[in-house]
Amino acid sequence: MTRVLLAPRTLRAILPAVSLALLLAAIFWLQPRTMSYTGLNLMLNLAIPIALATIAQMFVLCVNELDLSIGAYVGYVACVTATWLVDNPPLGIAALLAGILVYAGLGALIHLRNLPSIVVTLGMSFVWLGVAVLILPRPGGTSPEWIRWLMKLHTPVVPFPIIAATVIAVVVHVALMRTAYGSILRGAGGNPRAIDRAGWSLLKIKVVMFALAGLFGMLAGMALIGLTTSGDANIAARYTLLSIAGAILGGCEFVGGRVSPAGAVIGAITLTLAGSFLSFLRISPDWQIGATGAILILVLALRALINRAEERR
Amino acid sequence: MERMLQGVSLAVLALALAGGTAVADTSDKRIALSNNYAGNSWRQAMLRSWDKVTSQAVADGVVAAADAFTTAENQVTEQAAMIQNLVLQGYDAIVLNAASPDALNGAVREACDAGITVVSFDGIVTEPCAWRIAVDFHQMGKDEVLYLAEKMPDGGKLLEIRGLAGVFVDDEISNGIHEGVAENPQFEIVSSVHGDWDQAVAQRAVAGILPSLPEIDAIVTQGGDGYGAAQAFDAAGRDIPLIIMGNRHDELTWWKEQKDASGYETMSVSIAPGVATLAFWVAQQILDGAEVPQDLVVPFLRIDQDNLEENLANTEPGGVANVEYTLEDAQAVIAAGGQ
Repeated sequence: MTRVLLAPRTLRAILPAVSLALLLAAIFWLQPRTMSYTGLNLMLNLAIPIALATIAQMFVLCVNELDLSIGAYVGYVACVTATWLVDNPPLGIAALLAGILVYAGLGALIHLRNLPSIVVTLGMSFVWLGVAVLILPRPGGTSPEWIRWLMKLHTPVVPFPIIAATVIAVVVHVALMRTAYGSILRGAGGNPRAIDRAGWSLLKIKVVMFALAGLFGMLAGMALIGLTTSGDANIAARYTLLSIAGAILGGCEFVGGRVSPAGAVIGAITLTLAGSFLSFLRISPDWQIGATGAILILVLALRALINRAEERR
Repeated sequence: MERMLQGVSLAVLALALAGGTAVADTSDKRIALSNNYAGNSWRQAMLRSWDKVTSQAVADGVVAAADAFTTAENQVTEQAAMIQNLVLQGYDAIVLNAASPDALNGAVREACDAGITVVSFDGIVTEPCAWRIAVDFHQMGKDEVLYLAEKMPDGGKLLEIRGLAGVFVDDEISNGIHEGVAENPQFEIVSSVHGDWDQAVAQRAVAGILPSLPEIDAIVTQGGDGYGAAQAFDAAGRDIPLIIMGNRHDELTWWKEQKDASGYETMSVSIAPGVATLAFWVAQQILDGAEVPQDLVVPFLRIDQDNLEENLANTEPGGVANVEYTLEDAQAVIAAGGQ
């Protein structure tokens, strides 16, 4: 039993959860006020869009690619949601679906032309930002009523952000980790040649994964507008780095198709809470980015140790 | 019957409580400043003013704490998270210089729902539950022309130096100037250039257009550009017209030199970074139970011929003229806003 518990595989799986639990304990100790329904609600609600963006990033990481445009894309979705989806819902829905289609097209382009995804998505980030500014030249707009209602939902006993995070983690986990097609999708990152030889289309897999990234990026932008109630083209500029950091923190790897949906959600929440923790500690914001980096390095160092233990066997 | 009497006496009690304004004690209240940016001299001066005035207020026991928080990256999501953290830290009021007029409304609404007073200034928010201390840039532009109308009853030809194209502030000030000119038809704007609120850009822009200009009687500006305009006229060997200044140290220094040498007369107007301290006192007054209108207007810091030396002495080299507001100033602004 202890052997199973101390196995590197188990350790690696529970490391994100343990870091989150420690951080949460430290926050409760520093600021007991947070240990309440309202406190958790306030602290965690901005983690929901970040968690969705992290899941989007995870899909791209899963096929050994990197998406540097996710922040700008979430900003584009936010601008569409705050304007067209309110004034002209069919146009808004069309614009959102077009976003997912563009993502699918990017997957195809990257695969067919064998282009580095970093370059393609970096270029796309300027396209998304430009379109967002065209749609919403100055900050404004309103949130569609139903999204606002959903994000402000006061669920009984357990705060809404916790329920939402659990639902996201479970749904993606089941779909990607527990279904046959899910393992093929992951396999395309781990051993593309084997998947190709087995007769699966790598092109189709990349298109599906990028489209899923587009879908979850869209959900992130809509959730963000539900919280902020109005849009701004630069609203999610930080999400690109946050989503990569969250996914890595949650146990995903840059290559090899090794991903963890639950870990990614936990990673996103950990990053959000790290900000609150540092601000409760009264650390100057100039140092906060560095301190967040230090937390990230700490967790990654622990993981490297576990990996080394695994190799030694 | 008895129950009804009880109800009446409760109502009387409530009336009595509501009637006496400014009765609550704020010595146990905590106020936080949420600031989105600290990267220029104006914001640095603002933070210094905040620290100076509030640390005195804390020492005097007016409030229990007044801490300043600045986001590292001038990002909306970062500031929204900061506001939520401030709510959790139990502050009674948040004084806010916002990264976006709309996109923080969700977080501001949550703070209001938690019973926290939110006072926005400079970068104001549109959420109705928050108080706003706005800058009337339109009036600032108009005031420049009104000063000229008083100074030169016969009117004259004006050169307008504008700010950064496409920015809301530039449009507002320029609209105010043009409205002033429309009401005083003895003036005529013969040309407009963009000086980007920067001495070097303004000097280049004015120098470029100067050969094509007739005799100019006065220059209307937006601040940060007056010294550059003077340099351009000087370099071209032309008579320097009356230039409205914008409270920058180099502008005031140049004005002082001209005043001593030849009795040069003008005026200077801008917004003092100390407006943060005005917002602090307004927040304190709201916590104190005072009746405060949701929308207030920042007074301009205007420098005239007779108080030039005093203001110049208080301005740091490279900085902008500043003033720290007092409780009485805040009460005056509140009273003016109520009318």
